[in-house]
Amino acid sequence: MTTAARLPPFQRFLDAHAEDVLRFLVAAVGRHDADDAFQETFLSALRSYPRLRPDSNLRAWVLTIAHRKALDVHRARGRDPVPVAEIGDHARPTPRTAAADAPEDHWERVRALPARQREVLTLRYAADLSHAEIAIALGCTEAAARRAAADGLKNLRKELTDVAATA
Amino acid sequence: MSLPPPDLGAGEAAALAARTAARAADEHIAEIAYATVDSPLGRLVAVATPRGLARLAYELGNGGLDEILDDVALRLSPAIVEAPARLDPVRRELEEYFDGRRQHFGVALDWSLSRDGFRRRVLQECARIPFGATRTYKDMAIAAGSPSAFRAAGGALGANPIPIIVPCHRVLASSGGLGGYTGGLERKRLLLSIEGACLQTRVRA
Repeated sequence: MTTAARLPPFQRFLDAHAEDVLRFLVAAVGRHDADDAFQETFLSALRSYPRLRPDSNLRAWVLTIAHRKALDVHRARGRDPVPVAEIGDHARPTPRTAAADAPEDHWERVRALPARQREVLTLRYAADLSHAEIAIALGCTEAAARRAAADGLKNLRKELTDVAATA
Repeated sequence: MSLPPPDLGAGEAAALAARTAARAADEHIAEIAYATVDSPLGRLVAVATPRGLARLAYELGNGGLDEILDDVALRLSPAIVEAPARLDPVRRELEEYFDGRRQHFGVALDWSLSRDGFRRRVLQECARIPFGATRTYKDMAIAAGSPSAFRAAGGALGANPIPIIVPCHRVLASSGGLGGYTGGLERKRLLLSIEGACLQTRVRA
């Protein structure tokens, strides 16, 4: 018997991470597009699964794939047509009432934030990845990830105050 | 400010996971599909590759579903999904067999879980023993080309990855005794009684 780490059968991996991935995708792209993105995420994971190193962080790995599928959805919607430098770091306001905020409403606001802020907040708060894991997923430094998270939260807070003021 | 993750409906993720697994099998992205099959001998785990049925295991007595799949993942591939529809032909034939409506299995078999050479030859010879008939371990050793290797033949049959369908239960000791069985002797006796194999005749012969 070898004690080396082994990849679990894919089904077990799928069952173990299905909820986390779906929760992340509902936050990242909204309920309507989450189902397709979920299937694309796991089918894409399955294609490279047999060649994966058994000691990989499977959770961070599959959430990184889910993050890429979420980007595809955003690109297809034309929100992020070209990944150029962001022009001004201002959140596009989402027309909303100040009615009691369900988690869903929060995430709708997050989706309207500039791309990097949206990505970091979703990976941090809907997928519960650490800033270090987020930095790997996004190919940026940990400091940049922290900064984007702080900026994103600041924008959200500002927007909530604005909405409350106009209500 | 707090940013709680979105709520999911009960079973929502599980249902989506099941749809994804079925698609993975249909589109042949997963090399291996499995399903559980109920039978009068207890629950079975059936595992198929694109070539055919590679494993049929009694869930009890093999460490349960997890151990059975771990073993397949290690020896074949970890690209394994649960896809009941892919195993429907196996399920149907087993049902008919246990109902007494089928004497011969027609599903394709994948032998890759049995070691090549003598052991595989023993199992392939075993697959040809007709319904209701029995053979001895020595018969199997002879059929596989090594008449003196009846103990090794017993070992090969004991490690049969596809019991019931590769009918190792039809192989008995030369003394007329039951010999051994991968699923326990109680199951061997039951299978032989389903087939109406007359053990008493053999004892007298």
